[in-house]
Amino acid sequence: MILSTVARFVVALMLLFSVFLLLRGHDAPGGGFLGGLVAAIGFILYVLAEGTRAARAALRVDPLGVAYVGLGVALLAGFMGLASGAPFLTALWTKLGDVKLGTPVLFDVGVYLVVVGGVLALVFALEEEVG
Amino acid sequence: MAAEHAAAAPSPAARAMTSIGIAIALGFAGWLASLVPAVAGGAAPGAAWPWLPAIGAALAFRIDGLSLLFALLISVIGAIVLLYAHRYLRGHPHAARLQLFLTLFMLSMLGLVLADDALLLFVFWELTTVTSYLLIGFDSESAKARRAALQAMLVTGSGGLALLVGLLVVASVTGTLRISEWLAAGSIAGHAAYTAAFALVALGAFTKSAQFPFHFWLPAAMAAPTPVSAYLHSATMVKAGVYLLMRMHPVLGGGEPWFWTLTVVGSATALWASVLALRQTDLKLALAYTTVTALGFLVLFLGGEVDLAITASVTFLIVHAFYKSALFLVVGIVDHATGTREAQRLGGLARAMPTTAAAAALAALSMAGFPPLLGFIGKELKYEAALAIVSRPLALATLLVIANALTFAVAAVVAFRPFWRGEPETPRAPHEAPRRMLVGPLLLAAAGFAFGVYPELVGHYLVEPAVAAIRVTPVAVDLKLWHGINVPLAMSVATALLGLAFYAGHEWLRTLLGRGLAVLPITGDRVFDAALDALKRVAAFQTRILQGGSLRRYLFTTWLVVPLAIGSVLLLRGGLAWPATVSPIPAYAWPIVLLVAAGSFAPIVTTSRLASIAALGIVGAGVSLLYLIFGAPDLAMTQLLVETLTVVIVAVVLLRLPRFSGRDHPGQAGRVRDAVLAIAAGATVSALLLAVLASPLDPTLADWFAANALPAGFGRNVVNVVIVDFRALDTLGEITVVAVAASAAWALLKLRPGASARGDGA
Repeated sequence: MILSTVARFVVALMLLFSVFLLLRGHDAPGGGFLGGLVAAIGFILYVLAEGTRAARAALRVDPLGVAYVGLGVALLAGFMGLASGAPFLTALWTKLGDVKLGTPVLFDVGVYLVVVGGVLALVFALEEEVG
Repeated sequence: MAAEHAAAAPSPAARAMTSIGIAIALGFAGWLASLVPAVAGGAAPGAAWPWLPAIGAALAFRIDGLSLLFALLISVIGAIVLLYAHRYLRGHPHAARLQLFLTLFMLSMLGLVLADDALLLFVFWELTTVTSYLLIGFDSESAKARRAALQAMLVTGSGGLALLVGLLVVASVTGTLRISEWLAAGSIAGHAAYTAAFALVALGAFTKSAQFPFHFWLPAAMAAPTPVSAYLHSATMVKAGVYLLMRMHPVLGGGEPWFWTLTVVGSATALWASVLALRQTDLKLALAYTTVTALGFLVLFLGGEVDLAITASVTFLIVHAFYKSALFLVVGIVDHATGTREAQRLGGLARAMPTTAAAAALAALSMAGFPPLLGFIGKELKYEAALAIVSRPLALATLLVIANALTFAVAAVVAFRPFWRGEPETPRAPHEAPRRMLVGPLLLAAAGFAFGVYPELVGHYLVEPAVAAIRVTPVAVDLKLWHGINVPLAMSVATALLGLAFYAGHEWLRTLLGRGLAVLPITGDRVFDAALDALKRVAAFQTRILQGGSLRRYLFTTWLVVPLAIGSVLLLRGGLAWPATVSPIPAYAWPIVLLVAAGSFAPIVTTSRLASIAALGIVGAGVSLLYLIFGAPDLAMTQLLVETLTVVIVAVVLLRLPRFSGRDHPGQAGRVRDAVLAIAAGATVSALLLAVLASPLDPTLADWFAANALPAGFGRNVVNVVIVDFRALDTLGEITVVAVAASAAWALLKLRPGASARGDGA
């Protein structure tokens, strides 16, 4: 009961923190891989508290699908470089006011999604089949 | 098979694919035909685009007389077969697929004969193997068709590998991949690498062109729909090997090995296959074996250095393409109309199918070598050539007469008896074929007649340029129907008489042959099966050795490699070293170091799996703290998170396992052995790390990344800039692995028997 109550808050905080890690990664410790791991662990906490059925419902989408979308996003970032005439995966940058935006950020989002989706697909399946 | 669908209308997709295929075929045929006069005049138009400049390979094409002849046959017969197949498979659910495969095959074949680059030729060669696999296995629900497709692919595919090496050997001798330059440079017969090059190229050609002892795949490939057999197994793909031998004749020909290999293999193939042909009761199989005979003839005459022999081979190539594809199409019509291809059940079809009968008769007369058909000229040339290439031609001439007489008899069995003898007892009442299916055989049979009456046309425009291309020098070719009363004519008469005798006694001979062949101890087919079985047994054996299923053994083997491979090199090659400066461990880090050491000892003494995992978690957490202390925050965070995940995942699995049982326990000796290995592996890794620290680190890359992260990568976190920008391709590979591994793990867990029904939408 206590775990279940606490989990809701902690999970929300961890997800928020994971996005924070993802976005600040270019300038400070963090990035897509770390952020993805934090998000995945957040969900795993939810699995431990509420079970996979509830965790799946909370995620709403198939975790493997999330991983594939992530792979697609990373590829898209690569092809944007290609489309501009440069080699595949060349970084493109633009400034939106004070915020710098570039294909590496998009690429990192792809990494984040692959890690979250891949880890969760494995853990959900393990919990359901072995647990 | 096709007749069930006869009533249904063709699907729009099949119609579209047929139109596209025929348009491509006719487009090529028209374009190639327009080149005929120029090429006959000695021109060889070509074009080249860069492909792999580093190794000198180019997308180079060249059209000389030989390429042009083959390309014309491929495109013209391709158009005819596509039209025929469209009607033959009308209403078949996969008709469009067949047309697509046929078109792709045609393009591969055209590429093969037009390529002027050895690597390009090889690529197209393999493409014909792949597309023919798809075509033979078209009826994919039949195990027989699948086996035949696999067999054809494995036999011709392994020949293809030999061919690749052979071509590369020639390329290394001549210093170029361009085939036209090989031709210009002349024979490499004297070179040390000649034997290897010749043997490998010949292996490729013999497997593709179904030469003895690799002939067995071709009859098996008759599992393909009949239009496919008419196209691949009479006119085109099986001729690819012949094309290769013709193409390489100036480069590899001219020596004793070439002459004897081709002559002996070709003769053996021709004779053996013609004997087997008479044995068949399935008309299509009988045709398949006579195709092998014809391929044997073609190879046999390429052995010689005499213009006449080359001319005989080229002329017979055209002759055979016409009559054999016509007869295959006729057999398809008979099958379609009556529901059977069994010689014994067919009879008296001429009344119901007069046009088919006429086409069959015309084609069969050419096959049997009657004047005034092109087949007669082809046969006379073969006899003339046989008398010319060896000094004592009696044996070769006898062999040729017998093989031709057997072919004669099969022509009668296939195209005379079913139409003009006996009464039909077929599963269905015979009816005349639809017009679209008749066009092809009629055209092809009529061509055999027209070119027989006017041989100068073929001789001057097709045969002569092709022979000139093979001889790499102009050769005058004069095809004539009437050569006067001479030895070849006498041989022709003997052939006809002997053929009539064979035909008259063919049922008796068939029984006799059946009995005789049944006792054969080995056949190519059985050898193929045995080889495949042996391969599977070896695979099973080594799987048992390497993947016994014991995790303990896997781990033992894996860790054994560390001291063996790394440790032995360090020791034997003097790699051991002590770094000049070793920074001391700061006082505040000592507790962590001790914690890590204690954590790694705990799993040795505990019998609880959970305690082991938790202890190893402590090790991981401690190491990540050390990372943090020594200035690698990204690494520390990742390590900590991965440790957390590992403990959770492993705990989920391990909690469900039973406690250590006696069977799992390695025993006292086992524990000692494990301890020795663990210490050896640990010592090796420590020694390796010390040795690495002792040698100066090259700071170029690290400095470059540190200097460029902000100006070029717009990021202050060097690690992240490396991951998502400088080395993004590596990262892309890594996340692909993550996604694939997750999919595989999901599949292993979810797709096994007894998994919970609740899937997750994938």
